[in-house]
Amino acid sequence: MTKGLSRQKKRDLVAYSFIAPNFIGFAVFTLIPIVFAFALAFLNWDGSNPITFAGLNNFKQLAGDVFFKAALKNTIIYCIGTVPLTMVASLALAIVLNQKVVGRGIFRTLSFFPYVASLVAVTSVWKMLFHPSKGPINNILYTYFHVPMEQLPQWFTGSLVLLSMILFSVWKYMGYYMVIYLAGLQGISAELYEAASLDGANTWQKFRYVTWPQLRSTTFFVVVMLTINCFKVYDIAIMLAGGGSGELTISSTVLVYYIYQKAFIDWKLGYSSAVAMVLFLMVFVVTMIQFRGQKKYQ
Amino acid sequence: MKSARKKAIAGKVIVYAILILIAVLMIIPFIWMLSASIKSDREVFQMNPFVLIPENPKFSNYHDIWTKIPMLRFAENTIFLTIVVTFLQLLTSSFAAYSFAKLEFKHKNTLFFAYIATIAMPWQVYMVPQFIMMRKFGLNDKLLAIICLQAFSAFGVFMMKQFYEDIPNELCEAARIDGMSEYRIYASIMLPLSKPALSTLTIFTFVNTWNDYLGPLIYLKSEQKKTIQLGLKMFISQYSSDYGLIMAGSVLSLIPVLAVFLCLQKYFVEGVAATGLKG
Repeated sequence: MTKGLSRQKKRDLVAYSFIAPNFIGFAVFTLIPIVFAFALAFLNWDGSNPITFAGLNNFKQLAGDVFFKAALKNTIIYCIGTVPLTMVASLALAIVLNQKVVGRGIFRTLSFFPYVASLVAVTSVWKMLFHPSKGPINNILYTYFHVPMEQLPQWFTGSLVLLSMILFSVWKYMGYYMVIYLAGLQGISAELYEAASLDGANTWQKFRYVTWPQLRSTTFFVVVMLTINCFKVYDIAIMLAGGGSGELTISSTVLVYYIYQKAFIDWKLGYSSAVAMVLFLMVFVVTMIQFRGQKKYQ
Repeated sequence: MKSARKKAIAGKVIVYAILILIAVLMIIPFIWMLSASIKSDREVFQMNPFVLIPENPKFSNYHDIWTKIPMLRFAENTIFLTIVVTFLQLLTSSFAAYSFAKLEFKHKNTLFFAYIATIAMPWQVYMVPQFIMMRKFGLNDKLLAIICLQAFSAFGVFMMKQFYEDIPNELCEAARIDGMSEYRIYASIMLPLSKPALSTLTIFTFVNTWNDYLGPLIYLKSEQKKTIQLGLKMFISQYSSDYGLIMAGSVLSLIPVLAVFLCLQKYFVEGVAATGLKG
């Protein structure tokens, strides 16, 4: 009996030894800060002076904060634009690349380039291509579409900033979601298509009645991932719309930037954490939807 | 019969047309980058006519970028961080994942729940308290802070566990009967079998660490500690009209990630298929 017990104990120890290196780092640098973040939202602290209890004050203040509301609104608009466009683009790309076409491997690799390329590098190219006065895009609009000089779009200021961010994001991330769709497409049995062909289905009908329903769980996963990633947008805004020192104006600010600004520029750590809680709640709701959806689809 | 063939050909034409269009959209910014990186500032925006390679290519841009900013130092920092983080991530995640997937032990579910519960938690939610903590540990403005921050993700453990669960338990059982220790089983059976998952995790970790901006921005203040991304951004805000140099720096910053991706990509679709979708 004792011998058996000690054997189980020994097994436990071996198992823990496998887990420990990761878990210790994970607990110290992730779990503890998360607990800390929840507490901080209800406190006032500037990082050095004594901490005072704030209760719900930080959240009450948020409700009247114009900059916060703009950040929330911009993040949601960005999300509403990016999610469907990226989904459609990546699905189309995956379907095309799932055909037997010459150079399929090269095309797959190419469409992945934007995803792995560094943001600083590719945004600086985009800023050149869309340069308001000198860039080739506006040059083409001016030369071939006769858009008057003063009406040429200012891609990185004012109301167009969000559109530029959305277009850029679709370009950068569609390759990644394409891979997920490709995996989904490869899981559809060829027999389904053969049966559809025997029934005389055309290409569109095959897509509508075989591919699309079969990809339902993949699409669900893609939309959830996309939404969560859109909520976390930050660096795209900084790179495309940020001023010299990276500051964002009210037309381009996003939630994560506001968290950063409140904490590391204004040193209002409690207030910043309250904004972070809003971000957390948004992600949490989507994650809950995902959990329920997964049960339904699988 | 003939119209069916015509239809098939028309279908092929459409498919290729879409493909070429997408490929062009994907690749144009990179072509532009390469082309502008060997142009003078006067030539970069010249459109009528647009020339891909200027008459006198200004290769000196690739030389000057190293002296205008401490690019070598930035590159050293970034390479160091990326290699250490990727190595630690692969090692510790696959180690922990083996235990969760193939061993039975006390509190297994509780421990795994800690990972699951936080996998959807955005880093941005707790980056501020994390910074305060690291500052307490004296890690502010230290490369070690970025390592601690990146190397122990829940995502890695989760991904590797998904993959290991598909490897038949009988393989491990047989090895145990042969008297192999768990460490041996991990090293000589599981690791060699998990190449697709390891490659996928390598791509993700390498790309994330190499391209990370917000983490280094918060932690690495002095110029000697900066990464390529920070350095390049700094250069862009100082010399915003030196387009040739900016593009040369951008090209340089892309080479390592593209190289790693090209080496490992053959496992990538397989890896995403095996690990990404089961959630």
